[in-house]
Amino acid sequence: MKLLVTVKRVIDYNVQIRVKADGSGVEKDNVKMSMNPPDENAVEEALRIKEAGKADEIIILSVGNDKAQETIRTALAMGADRGIHIKTENDLEPLAISKIISKVAEEEKPSIILMGKQAIDDDSNQTGQMTSALLNWPQATFASKIEIEGQNAIVTREIDEGLERIKVSIPFVASCDLRLNEPRYASLPNIMKAKKKPIDTKDASSLGINIEPRIEQIKVEEPPVRQKGIMVSDVAELVQKLKHEAKVI
Amino acid sequence: MTILVLAEHNNIDIKSSTLNTISAASQIDQDIHVLVTGYECEELAKNISKFEKVSKVYLANNEKLKNPIAENIEPIVVSLANNYSHIMAPATTFGKNIFPRIAVKLDIAQVSDVIKIISSDTFMRPIYAGNAIATVKSNDKIKVVTVRPTSFDPVETSGGKEQVENISFDNDSGSVEFIDREESQSERPELSTARVVISGGRGLQSAENFKLLNEIADKLNAAVGASRAAVDAGYVSNDYQVGQTGKVVVPDLYIAVGISGAIQHLAGMKESKVIVAINKDEEAPIFNVADYGLNADLFEALPQLSSELDKLNTIQQ
Repeated sequence: MKLLVTVKRVIDYNVQIRVKADGSGVEKDNVKMSMNPPDENAVEEALRIKEAGKADEIIILSVGNDKAQETIRTALAMGADRGIHIKTENDLEPLAISKIISKVAEEEKPSIILMGKQAIDDDSNQTGQMTSALLNWPQATFASKIEIEGQNAIVTREIDEGLERIKVSIPFVASCDLRLNEPRYASLPNIMKAKKKPIDTKDASSLGINIEPRIEQIKVEEPPVRQKGIMVSDVAELVQKLKHEAKVI
Repeated sequence: MTILVLAEHNNIDIKSSTLNTISAASQIDQDIHVLVTGYECEELAKNISKFEKVSKVYLANNEKLKNPIAENIEPIVVSLANNYSHIMAPATTFGKNIFPRIAVKLDIAQVSDVIKIISSDTFMRPIYAGNAIATVKSNDKIKVVTVRPTSFDPVETSGGKEQVENISFDNDSGSVEFIDREESQSERPELSTARVVISGGRGLQSAENFKLLNEIADKLNAAVGASRAAVDAGYVSNDYQVGQTGKVVVPDLYIAVGISGAIQHLAGMKESKVIVAINKDEEAPIFNVADYGLNADLFEALPQLSSELDKLNTIQQ
């Protein structure tokens, strides 16, 4: 069984992002980048499925500029087997990305596609669902537990009301929640080994897919700043303020 | 131009997120249809047809639609799509799960999690966990949009045209089987719609200590929430989580107890009307967004808060 894991290179989650003064976007130059956090959970889950003897190859796919290769290497250093880099200088929309993933999936024929439930940059939460619909494979979104049983998987999903369990047939697409697992750190020997693992690079324009943007970004701005309030000296003062000043209790 | 809204419900009651979505839709156009997919929910469909702004309700009633399986709901919406200028759903796990499938089947780029409607094709949406706000224009023929429920006031539940039309469903995907759902039981108001929310962080130190919050929540008729740190530490289950990867709440009063104020958490609560922070670390970033900050040990402050609230109630009586 083959597993395909898609990873995205994003601004590191610890970085306080800065909006460009001209409103054209977010400052990305000289900013620390890393793998989208829930994508790390997707890589980790693939590794665990393989370690349990239920898969024999893990392929990492990333769409982006040359730097996307670093993100693929990170996943290879965690233990994945080989990489596919679809090269583009543009920021593609989930619609285009899902078409690319589907195209790769048709060639590679993985049994499960795993990815993070959303990217922490554009927060769209679309790619997994779109890929599932394009391939006509079942989807298991917001997965916090994946149990493979023969030709099916029981997936626990995190929903607003609590937890839901569904049974999906293989092949399927899983979008991973942060609580699915605890991603491992790559060891130094594995980082060295990963340098020798193959990454196949193709230009996005060579795939015959329309990746033109459909959505125009008019502007990006800072959210309204909340004014800092006051410090109260004790609980009694707090309750008085809430009662008589803010009038919320 | 007519707009189609996909209703989120549990076959008996409508979820308030649907009322917010209809309200968002009404900012674009006054002719709104609602699609209800479910099982034995004729009564619910009838109730929805009475809602303000709703001119028609489509009901797909089938046992296979009892649970919201994305693969089964998607083709129903897609089959209706060409009659509409916009297709909208709440950006809850319900809407998020289904809508991108509809968009891709129509070859349309979806606009997710809209917080403000500028015009019929231009919307504002948060990116980077709300640390930036993007204004985007959709150039697709049909706009496929999910909206953040807390950003729009709900519509009134009366004034609709009371028209319900049944539509058939014969498209069970068969590849997904619903097993069960474990809904968190609580006597308190629901987190995403509560007027008052009190949340605990890692500072609570244990699951046991969340009882201190529960006691105050009961006195304020508040919902109890938590930071991701508290959820990850196993103090409470994930549906308590307020933040970027949890729920976004906009209560009148938000009380953050033992929460440092990571970007992740702030993304889920900083639009609250009044924010109170109780933390023993005076440098905690949560104080930067708090209207009222109390630099104190929560294990002393919470019992005091509880007794102060009692005094207040005594005076009121």
